[in-house]
Amino acid sequence: MSTAQSRYRALTTHRLFWPVVVLVALVVANTVYRPGFLSVQVRDGHLYGSLIDILRLSAPLILVALGMTLVIATGGIDLSVGSLCAISGAVACLYISRQPDQNSMGGVLTALALGLAVALVLGAWNGVLVAVIGIQPIIATLILMVAGRGLAQLITEGQILTINSSPYKAIGVGHLLTLPLAIFIALAAALLIAAVTRRTALGLIVESVGGNARASRLAGIRSARITFLVYVISAACAAVAGFMMTANVSSADGNAAGLWVELDAILAVVIGGTSLAGGRFSLGGTILGALLIQTLTTTVYAMNISPQTSLLFKAVVVIAVCLIQAPGFRARFTRRRRVPAPAAAGADETRKEQVPA
Amino acid sequence: MTGSHPVLTMTGISKSFPGVRALDGVDFRLFPGEVHALMGENGAGKSTLIKVLTGVYGVDRGTVALAGEQVSFTGPMQATAAGVSTVFQEVNLCTNLSVAENIFIGREPRRLGAVRWGEMRRRARALLTRLDLDIDVNAPLGSFSLAIQQMVAIARAIDIEARVLVLDEPTSSLDTGEVAQLFRVMRSLRDDGIAILFVTHFLDQVYRIADRITVLRNGQLVGEWTTGDLPQLSLVEKMIGKELDVLERLDEQPRRDVAATEGTPLLEARALGRRSAVAPFDLTVHAGEVVGLAGLLGSGRTEVARLLFGADRADHGSVRVDGSPTSLRTPVAAIARGIGFCSENRRAEGIVADLSVRENIVLAMQAARGWLRPIPRRRQDELVDRWVRALHIRPADPEIPVGNLSGGNQQKVLLARWLITEPRLLILDEPTRGIDIGAKTEIQRLVAQLSDGGTAVLFISAELEEVLRLSHRIAVMRDHELVTQLTNDQSVDADRIMQAIAAGAAHEGVPS
Repeated sequence: MSTAQSRYRALTTHRLFWPVVVLVALVVANTVYRPGFLSVQVRDGHLYGSLIDILRLSAPLILVALGMTLVIATGGIDLSVGSLCAISGAVACLYISRQPDQNSMGGVLTALALGLAVALVLGAWNGVLVAVIGIQPIIATLILMVAGRGLAQLITEGQILTINSSPYKAIGVGHLLTLPLAIFIALAAALLIAAVTRRTALGLIVESVGGNARASRLAGIRSARITFLVYVISAACAAVAGFMMTANVSSADGNAAGLWVELDAILAVVIGGTSLAGGRFSLGGTILGALLIQTLTTTVYAMNISPQTSLLFKAVVVIAVCLIQAPGFRARFTRRRRVPAPAAAGADETRKEQVPA
Repeated sequence: MTGSHPVLTMTGISKSFPGVRALDGVDFRLFPGEVHALMGENGAGKSTLIKVLTGVYGVDRGTVALAGEQVSFTGPMQATAAGVSTVFQEVNLCTNLSVAENIFIGREPRRLGAVRWGEMRRRARALLTRLDLDIDVNAPLGSFSLAIQQMVAIARAIDIEARVLVLDEPTSSLDTGEVAQLFRVMRSLRDDGIAILFVTHFLDQVYRIADRITVLRNGQLVGEWTTGDLPQLSLVEKMIGKELDVLERLDEQPRRDVAATEGTPLLEARALGRRSAVAPFDLTVHAGEVVGLAGLLGSGRTEVARLLFGADRADHGSVRVDGSPTSLRTPVAAIARGIGFCSENRRAEGIVADLSVRENIVLAMQAARGWLRPIPRRRQDELVDRWVRALHIRPADPEIPVGNLSGGNQQKVLLARWLITEPRLLILDEPTRGIDIGAKTEIQRLVAQLSDGGTAVLFISAELEEVLRLSHRIAVMRDHELVTQLTNDQSVDADRIMQAIAAGAAHEGVPS
């Protein structure tokens, strides 16, 4: 009995418990509203259905959010990912549109390499601003968030650049083994990042820098290099997401591609249990958070909630998730506690939350 | 004795924070027209007492009375309104605003809601004249020296009909001339009948300016003296205290033999220094030698350690390791030469609280290898198991967050972090502070073992007994200067070190 109880406690206090509950609740609500929600059909050898759609549409967000997770774990933030999506997509589409044969595989691969290279350079720019020059991450990446839109516009010459390339289109809407190709790309990226962070010591070092930058420096960690690296990784993730977004619609729109995706990505990371203050990160949590947000977006459309109120609806759900996740908010219902102001406020801050040994 | 009644009386003040008893039944009184020095080491409770007085903290027990009336301030604004003004250690003014604006910010003279700029400037000039200061009140504060900025902060404080002026380490960033200027102002305010509470780490200054001295130690009142009744040496004794714990005595080891100091020294610092942190010093450390660094807290001991580890950058002097010139500009450079450093500030600069005990222990070794070459998990477990057992780290579960451990065990985790890197010189800054007696003895024993095994240790501690017991040589710091170095033979005892701390270089040549 007591083991069952303690298991129950361990389950409900798990940091991903509430996001999972909300995700399940959203799926249930959808199913009640539209009984066909859960059904998956085979058409032309491919699987179709709302659940598959959600997975496919969440792929770009998952990619961006994975990169964002590492940035946030170092205590930073990357606001420029939306613009990076637009730029990398525009570069790839521009190159393809200049090819005599837009369907040539070599041309598409070169286009992808070019788009990725541009994103890496811009990611390095972010990294230099933050890690070398020491500008606050929110400001440093805000520069590219704003200027990047202009850059994307320049690349597409202010037009919506339309292409007709089936290999490129496949990135967004193609299929592999009956499932959308985008799902596999996102999955591969997740596995790659998991391997890079957890099979090497990168994850530990990132968490150490984000958890206590001063202590990390005194332990001999070259934090500038690590910080630089996470912005480059984030940019690479954004580039692949940008390919998916533009491939989905076979066109590059410097204004609309990846618009506000940085905000959804930050939300996904936070819902996934990674603190904005840096430190411990959870890639699995981030993927869960991205799925939750995409399910929410799909729900809003599926329920025919009027466009005027859809953002508000989304906001209410997100606030609810954040509140029930916040230990302070939950504690308010269990007991009232006065927060003292100790002499070394910063140093003791973390202690309060923890059980003294 | 002062004939008048005290303007301020604090009685039986107690204040606790989670896990720390900051003040324990402290009495304090302040008379009008006196400069009263509040002395004690860091952590003695000076800041807490001031914060209680100015309403930043409430009290758990005790009363504060101002001119005979009991008060309980709920914030600094209220205290200021009642005539208790404070100038904090860091000048917290806005350097981009003008001098006049800084003096009157938050309480500008107004008419119908509009600021009366002319009136404000006129009053600012009048206030500064009272402080013998003739400066342009329209100029931005940042264009003046720190001393002037300090004066402006004082002007701001005394504008509000101040009866009590609290100066928390006002001189820590001033040079000699600036200090003299500040003291002139303090004397003139004192002659006007203002009671001044003065906190400083500089002993000389106390004897130049203070009429009376109150000493705190470990949150308790040691006593109150008129300055003339308390010679400098006694003051140091009162501040440090001579707490010979019985347990420690039982475990006391014989005084350490003098280590062999011939051959090329492991580390040799020549005229190493950093402006406004520590005056240029020479220091030599040989392999297997324990060099103790004694001195009051705030005397520059930590600054010496930080320079030698590259945590701060020296702007003067040179360093040799194994006889060849090198520069220790970053911790990475120091670690590459086999130097390790445990900061006195365990929480802020030592542990990464969220990470597990294992992760904290392997951190320095992993950092030295680079992230591309992870330490295999089996090797990590081996190393961690060995040191968790050797250092008796409790609880012995390496996977729990290190933040959940007690202070002593966190300290051991930090030691383990460096020990697995097999350093040639380990710098330990207050490794035994705030930890229980058992852990303390273990750490002391470990230092002796390391030294026997050929590792050099720079051992920093405020406890003289500890330094005496462990060190082969003792360097004494005072007022950010390394004043003397003593070979720890039979002639050296706690009194001799205290003399050096109290009197500095003047006693260096005294034959024993």
